[in-house]
Parts: sequence; structure tokens; C-alpha cells
Amino acid sequence: MSVAAVLRELHAHEQELAHRLLRVSERHRPEPEIHHLARDLAGWSRRHLVEIAGTGRRFGLDLDPDPAVEPGLAARLREKGGELAGRRPEPGLLLLHDLRGVHVQAAEVSVDWVMIAQAAQASRDGDLLALTDRCHPDTLRQMRWANAHVKVLSPQILLST
Amino acid sequence: MGKIDRIAEPWGTRTPYGPGQEWPSRVDAFLEEGAAVERWVPSASILHSNGDALDIAVAGGRIVGVRGRADDRVNRGRLGPKDLYGWQAGRSSDRLARPLVRDGDRLVESDWDTAMDRIVRRSKELLDERGPGSIGFYTSGQLFAEEYYTLSVVAHAGVGTNHLDGNTRLCTATAAAALKESFGTDGQPGTYADIDHADVIALFGHNMAETQSVSWARILDRLAGPEPPALVCVDPRPTPVARAATVHLAPLPGTNVALMNGLLHQIIENGHIDREYIDRHVVGFDELAERVKDYPPERAAEICDVPAADIRRAAEVLGTARRLLSTVLQGFYQSHQATAAAVQVNNLHLIRGMLGRPGCGLLQMNGQPTAQNTRECGADGDLPGFRNWANDEHIADLARIWNVEPDALPHYGPPTHAMQILRYAEQGSLGMLWISGTNPAVSLPELARVRSILAQERLFVVVQDIFRTETAELADVVLPAATWGEKTGIFTNADRTVHLSEKAVEPPGEARADLDIFLDYAARMDFRDKDGAPLVKWHDPESAFEAWKECSHGRLCDYSGLSYARLRGPSGVQWPCNDEHPDGTERLYADGGFWSAPDVCESYGRDLVTGTPVEPGEYRALNPGGKAIVKAAAYLPPHEAPDADHPYALITGRTLYHFHTRTKTGRAPQLDAAAPEVWVEVAAADAAARGLAEGDLAEVTTPRGTVHAKVRVTGIREGVLFLPFHYGYWDRAPDGGHDRAANELTLTDWDAASKQPIYKTAAARIALAERGTGPSAAPTTTASAPLAAAGAPTSGGTAALADEQPGGTR
Repeated sequence: MSVAAVLRELHAHEQELAHRLLRVSERHRPEPEIHHLARDLAGWSRRHLVEIAGTGRRFGLDLDPDPAVEPGLAARLREKGGELAGRRPEPGLLLLHDLRGVHVQAAEVSVDWVMIAQAAQASRDGDLLALTDRCHPDTLRQMRWANAHVKVLSPQILLST
Repeated sequence: MGKIDRIAEPWGTRTPYGPGQEWPSRVDAFLEEGAAVERWVPSASILHSNGDALDIAVAGGRIVGVRGRADDRVNRGRLGPKDLYGWQAGRSSDRLARPLVRDGDRLVESDWDTAMDRIVRRSKELLDERGPGSIGFYTSGQLFAEEYYTLSVVAHAGVGTNHLDGNTRLCTATAAAALKESFGTDGQPGTYADIDHADVIALFGHNMAETQSVSWARILDRLAGPEPPALVCVDPRPTPVARAATVHLAPLPGTNVALMNGLLHQIIENGHIDREYIDRHVVGFDELAERVKDYPPERAAEICDVPAADIRRAAEVLGTARRLLSTVLQGFYQSHQATAAAVQVNNLHLIRGMLGRPGCGLLQMNGQPTAQNTRECGADGDLPGFRNWANDEHIADLARIWNVEPDALPHYGPPTHAMQILRYAEQGSLGMLWISGTNPAVSLPELARVRSILAQERLFVVVQDIFRTETAELADVVLPAATWGEKTGIFTNADRTVHLSEKAVEPPGEARADLDIFLDYAARMDFRDKDGAPLVKWHDPESAFEAWKECSHGRLCDYSGLSYARLRGPSGVQWPCNDEHPDGTERLYADGGFWSAPDVCESYGRDLVTGTPVEPGEYRALNPGGKAIVKAAAYLPPHEAPDADHPYALITGRTLYHFHTRTKTGRAPQLDAAAPEVWVEVAAADAAARGLAEGDLAEVTTPRGTVHAKVRVTGIREGVLFLPFHYGYWDRAPDGGHDRAANELTLTDWDAASKQPIYKTAAARIALAERGTGPSAAPTTTASAPLAAAGAPTSGGTAALADEQPGGTR
């Protein structure tokens, strides 16, 4: 059944979203609000992963409820290497780029939730619908959060730096 | 007339009264020995937010004392210790009297032309090279309304920058944010007179005894009279409020939302709500009822580490109050989840239908004397007149008043908050920061970071102040300002009472009023309106006030019915004051009447967790009819929780005898002597566990730094350390290191919704540095009272004898 396929994709997308949020948090430590909030918001995605894995079992899926999302050592070394080689863009531009990445990734997760919610409604699967009711609003808030920071930071970073 | 040592007895003699009666007068005064007073000049207190009306005594061209005004509704003649003794600071010989400019690693005396030329030249270079976003302003909660309004026009429409905020960000941003979330617009719903009528008074993170001592005297007088109110106190420290409380809840720092949710859970479960009021005036109740289901008293008790029985008892007192007055201050505003917690107090009043009637009041307090004006005039990350930056009609209206094109006013996002302005300075996109009337090198969190930012070669720092502060030492240009008593202007207290403060004496040397400095800058920059006329069309305090009246007209903070002539009459008018309310307005929101309709509201609100502004369309759908908004919030753990390395929660705060960074109170001998040196408050069990005793020198450490302070063992809750934040370095040897200011230890983090920095959750450790030889110098009269007798009680002796006349008229 195709709901299972979307759930699997959602799980992968949500994992990537958590990963991106944590990477934003780590890379942009000097931006206090972004550093703290990105970590908090990654926690929401991790909570979703537990829920998706739980529901996945009903659809015959064996999804990891707690997959690795922390930026790995190798990735960190690569980044450090990039920095040393002077290939790292301006920190301000990198921040905008990373926030855009979060927004796009959250949009992807959001559309997955829409598909699942619609299928749940049509198949009168109350548990599945309740899952989307619990999680999808968080995704929209993650998306708006990234967008709001892009809005505020763009003039400063693009014009005054 | 009696004499009383108001250092030893901060709240003076009791004048008891009962519910619904008028608070009796008591005239307090303190004059220089042998003063032959020539004139009395009307003003109000400038060292806290209570707005006590007073007259300044003048003799021989000098200020020689102060006296409270018996006919004023705010204080009925009373003054607090800071008012009685603090005025002496203005006469200090080390006042800034000439502009200073940087010459290499020194500041040298200069003249106004040279100093202003440097500022104007740098401003123009930056505007040419990098645009208005490269210039920022960081102002105060201690200037006058005319000055904030002028600065607001200069910054927003002259320079065209979005980067203007006040140190009100540190004290009152959450009050404003919480009011906007719940009522759509800033504006204090209640009035101090609600103290006269309430049968329950709840103080949430508000040590009123030390922050607004005259209003606390009003509560003490109710407590000493017939049918006294019950008090509920939320505070981790054994404050005078806690000691007087019927129920005292001392939650772990950072857990206020859990506690509030526990209280609301009980109140809803017990049916202590006003269903009819909710149906008529409120949106969002169902979501709140659902959310607080997760917080039965036992769960809240576990998170906050307070007994569940106490939560039940407090909820019973709050839920059965017939006339409930609540006040909120820094224990909520400067803590984790600040806005979410303060909003829950609004929710308490909304679901109980307790607003806009005598005794049914809500006071989201301010910290500073003129913070209200910073907020109203648009100098604190808001637009003037509570206009909404996200509403194009409001921008067009402001542009019309200032006669500029709407797109000349930056409104691409919310006005930039102070911590973000500082971040722009750190990251290099801000090239000039003009700091007026505040001392961020002692008052902002994580001082090592703040110093390193302000000291950058690439950042041009202007400091406008009355003393050579720690911040001034880092400036490129220092402008000497006039202070209270040396200039004229109005200011508004925390319950919307407007006072005129008149010039009594000349400022020292070449010092100038802040208004004149801003007007001079506008003239030298040649800012113009869209017709080529000067942008700033006023020239003195009264013409500036007239301009501000026009800007406020038709908004909630309407001053249009006031004038200097009117304010020179019987004092103590509360805004809005206009044709409809010619005598002012005691309480807002009687029978609903909120300013929350989508077209009029100041803000569409924010997500309380992520801080994301709510989109206009979203708000319109949520609240089309302009009701009050109940917003629920879940508890989230603080970002820096105690751990094995740093096992204590560190909170910072104030003492009764000092204001901010002691620039004034440290120069008033009686106040300085009452609390001369930093201390750290430790619970007895924690002191024992660490081998610490009263008076030992301790080393308090967080990941950001170390402070040395003498131990005061108090009844503070276990697991919590308290440091007063007043002490900096100006009165210390220059090479004494950086181990005295509490903000060496605080973390750079802020509430996402109000952007108020968090001063009350940091993880710390404490260890013995040196065995003590006597008790610490902490006051014994206040929250820092020792658990066991420690040395002589705090007193001021003959030097602090003040006049006190219960029932007096002058």
C-alpha cells in the first residue's frame, strides 16, 4: 500500500530536517537565537521520528525511531577543511543559505504530511489522522521560523555587510 | 513632623486603611542640612518605575532636597529611599561636563563642534558606503518622552535605520510583548488604585518591596488595616513580599510556565472561571483548557520542585478571589519562557473575567522610570503610538504625520532588538552604535563578549551620559548630558500616570539636555521631509511634546488631551487623555473594549516558542472581532540547566538601595553605605555542603567567567544562587580585573517572543576563595536578610534622617 511508501519517505525527510536544523545550530553558534532555537526545533523532528516509526509498524515498516541526525565527525572535518581552504562563503550568506535549506526541507516534510493526512481522512484511519494533527503544525512552525529569520536578516546581510 | 531613618526603615511608618477607602497621605522629605529652600520645582521619581510625584527643592542654584506631593494619586506624598537620597548624585564633582573624543587609547576633553563633527562625518560615510542598516541606536528607560520621540524620528525617518532599541529590552520588553499577545496592543490594563480594592494580590516574580517601594508601602498599609488582602507570591527568594504572603511558591528558576499551567489547571478544574466573560470577550480558551490538562498539580510540582499542596492552595486563593490584582516583573520577564509565562497571568485574569473593575487589575510592570515612554514613542523596537510595523496603513499614517514617503520608513521586519543590534556590531555589518543613557558594559549579559564588541576598532561608538561609565571608556565620542532636574520633559509610570518634570537647575559645565543633542544631530545631518523642509519641526521640550501629542492622537496611548499647562495643575493624569476622556482613564478594558481588531492592533502576535511573527491573514482569521486572546504554552526545559560541573541555578537581580549600575545610587552616600559591595546569596544547606559560611569570599563560576563575592546565607531556596547585578568597575582600581559584575556570568540567550535577555537561568558552581573575617555587606532589611543574625542591621544613622508627616498635605 502506497501510504507505507510515503511514510518511509517522510521518515527520511524528517531525519534530514532534524539533521539540517542541528547543522544550522552548530555552524551558527555566534547567532544566539538561531543556535538555541534550531536545536529546540530539531527536537520536534526527533519526536516526530519516534511517532512515525511507531505508526510505521502498522504499515509493515521497520523504521528507526532514533536515527543518527547529529552532524557526524567526518562532516565536521569536511567543513573545517572547507573553512581552511578559504572556500567557506561569508558567514552571513552561509546563514541565509542554511536557513533556506531548512525552509525547503520543512516544506518537503509538510507536503508529505498533507499526503498522509488526506489518505488518512479518505480511509477513515483515525489514528493516522491524529498523528498528522499532532505533527504537521510543528512542521509549519519550523518552516515559518526559518522564513522569518530569512526576512529579517536579508537586508542586513545583503546590503550592509 | 517626625524624623525617621529611611535606610533602616525603607517603607516608613504605617498609615493603615481598609478596602475601598482612600489611601491616607504621608509626606516624606529629605533636605540638605540647613537648606534655605527658595523654590520647589515639580517632578517625579527617576530611580524606579513607580512614578512617585515629588517637588525638587532649590537653593542658590543647586538642588538641596526633595519632598513628595500629597495630592498625587500615585504616592500620596510618599517617597522611597532611592528618591530621598539619590538626587545628591547629580551634584557629584565627577559629572561629565565637556565632550570627550578618542585620541588613540585615551579619551581627551574636546568641544561640541569637534565631537558632533566626528559623529556627523562617520554617519555620512556609513550612509554613503553601506546604507542606513550600518547605523544603530541603543537608548534608555530614563530619558523623557520628548527625547525618545525625537530620537525615533531621527532614527526611523532621518537615518532610515530599523536598528533602534532601548535598555527597556532588559527590563520591560516582556511586559509589552505579553500585553500585545493578549490584548493586541501594549498598554497597562490596571491601576495602582486597584491595591485599595483587591481582596487578593498576587505578585509573580515581583519583589515589589524593593522595586516599587512606595506601592509596597500601600500594600503594607492595606495589610495593617481592616479586611486585609491575601497575598500570593512566586519568587525563589525570601523577599519581604514572600514573608508577608499567605502562600509563597518558590519554583526552580526557569519553570514559571509549568507553575502557571498548574495553577490554571486547578482554577479551570475547580470551575473558578467566568464562562460568560469568556464567551463574550475571549478567543482561544478551549486550547488553553486542553493544554493545561497536562499539568495537574503533581506534575507542576515535580517540574518546579514546590509542594503540590501549595499549588492547590494558591489556586484556591486565586480562584476564589472576588477582586484579584496581579503584578508581574523580572522573575518572569528575565527568565526562561518569559513571554509565555507572563501571558499566563493575563490568561488568569481573562478566564476569571477580572479586568477593568476596581480591584480587578493586571499590572505587567516596568523596571525603569520612563520605560513606558520608550515603548510608546517607538524608541524600543516598536513604532510610535503603538503602530503596527506589519500594517501598511499604520506605516502610511506615520509617514503622513512625519511628512515623508512611506517607503522612507524601514518596515521590512520588526524593528531590530538590542541583542540583535549588538550581534550586527559583532559581525561587522553595523559600523556605528550611539548609546544614550545606558551602560551596556555592565548591564548586558556575558560582559566579556560585550566589551570585546564595543572595543572593536571598526565600530564607531558614541556614548551620551552623565558620568564616565564603563561603557564611556570604550567610546570614540562621549557627549555630556543633562539629567533629571536639569531639563524639562514628561514621563509616564507603569500605571500610565503622566508627570511633567521641570528644569530646576543648570546642568554642569557644557552638559546639554538629551533632546538638544538629538536636535543638534538632526540639524547637522540636515534631515529633510518630502517637501524639503526640516524633518524635525520642533525646537524645545514643549514643542516636542505637542508633536508627540499629534502622533499619539487616536491611538490607545492618546496624550492629545494633555498639555504642559494642564500637567502643571493637579498632578497625576493617566492616559488615554483626550476629548472622550478629558480627565484621563483609570482602567483600560472595562467590559472588553480591547484594541485588538486586526486594523487597529499594534501586533499580530508571535509564536511563543519560535518567536515567529504571526501573519496578518492568520491573525485576521483568529481574531476578526477584536477580542482578547488566550494563548496556551507548554513548558520547555531551559537551555542551560544545572549539571554535575555547574550544579546551581544562578539568578541575578536588584536590591532596594541601588538602581541599575549604581552610576547614581553609588554616588549617594546613604545608599552606597547601605549596600557597598557585591555579595552572593546561598541557602544554608548549600553553604554547608560547600563548606561556606557567612562572610566568606566565594568564587562563583559559569562557563563565561568568575565573580568573587562575599557569602550571605539566607532563606533562598536550595539549589539557587543570587547575585545583585549593580556592581561594575567604575569605583574600583583600573587594573582590578573583571570579577565583580554579575553579568560576567550570565549567558547570551533571549526569549524568542519578547527578545528579552535571560538573566535568571544560568548554571553555576561556587567554591570558597578565602575564609571571611566578618559578615558580608549585604543589606539586612530586604530579601538579602541573613538567616541568622549577622553583624549590625542595615541603618543610615543621623545622615539618613528624613522627614515624615503622616496625614500631611505638604
